[in-house]
Amino acid sequence: MLRYGKEPALTGRLVKNILLLALGLLMIYPLIWLFFGSFKTNTDLFGSLSLFPKTFVWDAYSKGWRGTGQFTYGTFFLNTLMLVVPTVFFTVVSSAIVAYGFARFQFPLKGALFALMISTLMLPQAVIIIPRYLIFRNLGWLDGYWPFIVPAIFACYPFFIFMLIQFFRGLPRELDESAVMDGCNPVTILFRILLPLCKPALFSAAIFQFIWTWNDFFNSLIFINSVKKYTVSLALRMTIDSTGGTVAWNQIMSMSVLAILPPLLIFFMFQRYFVEGIATTGIKG
Amino acid sequence: MKQSMRFTNAAWGLLFISPWIIGFAWFQFYPLLLSLYYSFTDYSIVKATHFIGLQNYVTMFKEDKDFLPSLRVTFLYTVIAVPLKLAFALLVAIILNSKGRFINVYRTMYYLPSILGGSVAISILWRFLFMREGIVNQVLSFAHIPAVDWLGSPNVALWTISFLVVWQFGSSMVLFLAGLKQIPADLYEAGMVDGASRIRMFGSITVPLLTPIILFNLVMQTIGALQEFTAAFVVTNGGPMKSTYLIGMKIYDDGFKLLHMGYASALSWVLFAIILILTLLIFRSSRSWVHYEDGGKN
Repeated sequence: MLRYGKEPALTGRLVKNILLLALGLLMIYPLIWLFFGSFKTNTDLFGSLSLFPKTFVWDAYSKGWRGTGQFTYGTFFLNTLMLVVPTVFFTVVSSAIVAYGFARFQFPLKGALFALMISTLMLPQAVIIIPRYLIFRNLGWLDGYWPFIVPAIFACYPFFIFMLIQFFRGLPRELDESAVMDGCNPVTILFRILLPLCKPALFSAAIFQFIWTWNDFFNSLIFINSVKKYTVSLALRMTIDSTGGTVAWNQIMSMSVLAILPPLLIFFMFQRYFVEGIATTGIKG
Repeated sequence: MKQSMRFTNAAWGLLFISPWIIGFAWFQFYPLLLSLYYSFTDYSIVKATHFIGLQNYVTMFKEDKDFLPSLRVTFLYTVIAVPLKLAFALLVAIILNSKGRFINVYRTMYYLPSILGGSVAISILWRFLFMREGIVNQVLSFAHIPAVDWLGSPNVALWTISFLVVWQFGSSMVLFLAGLKQIPADLYEAGMVDGASRIRMFGSITVPLLTPIILFNLVMQTIGALQEFTAAFVVTNGGPMKSTYLIGMKIYDDGFKLLHMGYASALSWVLFAIILILTLLIFRSSRSWVHYEDGGKN
């Protein structure tokens, strides 16, 4: 059970493994069920306990993709990418630059500014969302993706700044000093020497930001209002609301499967960075 | 010479952090001041704004029939979801903190819900799984347990929402795992020599050394729970009978549906105050239960 003590006996290990596996399967069962559910008929969904469909329905994906008529999920996925990709890119770049400033330079009020930056981790979204909405409204940015991208450009994600500061602190200062000898200025030190060494941290920041922004519902709900600009989250929510009468659940499930697929793929592709990132910085998932 | 060097160093530092300074001022500090100001007005996009002093705050305690119940629901939800989530996270982390062929597979299985669970897709799935005719009740009926009205009964719905969040215990678990790896093995060896039982060692070594991480998880999860929105909005839409009408949803409704933005700002400041006070209380209390290896000097 624990790391200390003698190796548990074979039966003990077996029991432990069976328990862990059972609990693990219970954990991911809803996801597996979602996948198979997308191929089931409504009768099958409500009438049978079986995980596998009695009769496979193949058209839930093509029918679901068509959405509610005017726009297909093609539009919604493209919208989501147009929102997520720049947001992730600018988050990583700006956070790295700011983190470098905090980690390597001395300037007046540094301690206070650092404390301020960390304390914004606690700032509830609810307190600033209304003024932000009004600010973006005055700028004419509502119903577009600037409300997501511009805060990313200006490093409004203290999680990632903090995470990268921690990483920079782990890199020896001698690197910077010898680079100065070689005629580097702080900008070239950052981009040529330190950032390449930071790849794991930059990756984990990018992955987390990708998944959070992809899954984000609250902000898209507030800032985007025309269906043409909808993200996948908003489209899904619209689909369950607008299908009155008999809901074709398999279509909703099929689009839900597609909606969680990108974060899932990213997770499996970069699992290594994931666990490293979360373990070294303590950020939530 | 030295003076100018120091100046350039400071100038570079400020230059590098300047994006954050602008972002902080523009998107965090200024909105914060603005929302404090709005909370004393009847601001709504459509009408002229009046300064009404503390009226909003009086209204929410004296007239608003939804405010105190929704605070109560939010506290209840936090008290259910956070301890359950942390207990699972700690338990599983301790079991997983061993060598074994399949440990990585298990870790992946437990962590997966954490990265997907906050999404609308999963909230919809939850709504479907816990419907009256849904799979959860089907499984129960298979075991001859009468169907539970997971989403329709005011006593149960908050639990159904809580399960969705507890299910995402993987992120806290990973932090506990990282903490467990830091505990020096010789402490356990010393415990063995003294003849301490496993339960004794868990209580006297593992838990005390994990308290800084318990504190961190507790603070972050509490702050998160007090702000929960998507689950309550998509799975139950605040119902039935407002039994899952969390304060986050109320702020959204008042601010963006009814356009009572001044009033919603006041609500959000109350939430902010609650978060600050609770966080402070947790930190205060932590002095008596969090163990730091350097004796708390840091």
